[in-house]
Amino acid sequence: MLEPFLIHALLAGCAVSLVAGPLGCVILWRRMAYFGDTLSHGALMGVALGLLLGVDVTLGVIATGVSTGLVLFLLQRQERVGSDALLGILAHGSLAVGLIAISFLTGVRVDLMGYLFGDILAVSTTDLAWIAGGGVVILAALATIWRPLIALTVHEDTAVAEGVASSRTRFIFILLIALTIALAMKLIGVLLITALLIIPAATARNFARSPETMAVGAMLVGVAAVIAGLAASLRWDTPAGPSVVAAAVAFFVASLAAGALRGTARI
Amino acid sequence: MHNIPLLTLAGVTMTRDGRNILENIDLTVGAGEIVTLIGQNGAGKSTLAKVALGLLRPDRGTVTPKPDLRIGYQPQRLNIDRSLPLSVKRFLTLTQRASDSTLRDVLDQVGMADFFDDSVHNLSGGELQRVMLARALLRRPELLVLDEPTQNVDMAGAVELYKLIVRLRDTTGCGVLLVSHDLNVVMAQTTRVYCLNGHVCCSGRPADVSRDPEFQRLFGPAAVEMLAIYPHAHDHVHRPGEHHHHHDHAQHDDGHHHA
Repeated sequence: MLEPFLIHALLAGCAVSLVAGPLGCVILWRRMAYFGDTLSHGALMGVALGLLLGVDVTLGVIATGVSTGLVLFLLQRQERVGSDALLGILAHGSLAVGLIAISFLTGVRVDLMGYLFGDILAVSTTDLAWIAGGGVVILAALATIWRPLIALTVHEDTAVAEGVASSRTRFIFILLIALTIALAMKLIGVLLITALLIIPAATARNFARSPETMAVGAMLVGVAAVIAGLAASLRWDTPAGPSVVAAAVAFFVASLAAGALRGTARI
Repeated sequence: MHNIPLLTLAGVTMTRDGRNILENIDLTVGAGEIVTLIGQNGAGKSTLAKVALGLLRPDRGTVTPKPDLRIGYQPQRLNIDRSLPLSVKRFLTLTQRASDSTLRDVLDQVGMADFFDDSVHNLSGGELQRVMLARALLRRPELLVLDEPTQNVDMAGAVELYKLIVRLRDTTGCGVLLVSHDLNVVMAQTTRVYCLNGHVCCSGRPADVSRDPEFQRLFGPAAVEMLAIYPHAHDHVHRPGEHHHHHDHAQHDDGHHHA
């Protein structure tokens, strides 16, 4: 009874949610929400880059994501301009440059709306394979840096004094965010990707008692949001990506209310 | 050579924006010693502790730890984002795994045994300091580096905490590098105190340092009285007219002027 395009959408959405859940938790704990935004806005520049160079768009997005992350990583070592300002400069700067670059691409027809908001209902089998394969790789890499990453998040100096490799761990983490954005862009678009990272994690916080339960909780909330959003989209003919985000927000609000009723999480 | 230093800093200099925040600092910590860094805000105490830990690389000078030195570090403060759910147990095992009984044992040592499953977010300042100390102890450290361990702790709590640190030193024989401004409670047990003002303006036993004019100028008469009341074994004779900061165990750095 489900059309293939809908099955593709569901599978791809769930796969991305499983990856975005734990990554989003770390983003939340490290107060990097705006960082995710910056990387995803920069992704549009990657699209332009890919099209200009005639290489795969996903590769272009990964390349710009990683280099944006690297630039931020290095810029944060200077102290004259604050992190939040740097992020703002990079986010909007790269979005603007990306939009200009795309406008120069005369030969190719570029579906700008598709990149900005994604089109989860247009996921092909190839896309699905990319997302599933990439998701497994990202989750495996995240699992290997999980403990050091949390130790660094709690207190960087103590973790380093206790032997955690700080730069390497943080760089891999940035790399994983960039990869996730590249994978998720087709589904949800550069403007809404951060929502998929942040909202399920924030929802899970209201129930979690350990970093790990919060990560798993965020995965489940993300999957539920994808299912609910797609169902709503089908029922009321609303745009699919935004419907998924709206469903996630609804879950978040419900979790806040439930948390308030229970006297909020004790851990 | 019965006491090989755990850590030796030689000529450590740190420059930031053209200003020396640490200047030519020599410092050693030996096993069983409590070495205290004092100095006003901005004197470079925490920076020096971070250099000693290897977290910051000095622009000049060397930091030489004993080979395979196990260090336990208690930072000045901990701001764990409330979005991160974390129990005391999980906090202790962030970088190392340990059995529940080991964890209960270190918590017991710092008087926090009842807080095993509590959220770190629900701990008071003093409780969190103790849990941080427990995490440092879990490593069975040869050297404990404690940066203002009594911040946000009331006076009674601070006295308790320092007693605990001395007890730990006595039972494990570890060396302690302590950053503190609690002159009154720290000093009784301190082996050596370094008074920091960018450079080491004076160092030695607490009572000797208290008589150093540089110390008196920086900390005022009240602090001098506090330090001076602590008894210390005299292994030398004071001759009238002798400059006190020139004895064998109190050195004074005359070469600098202070802002």
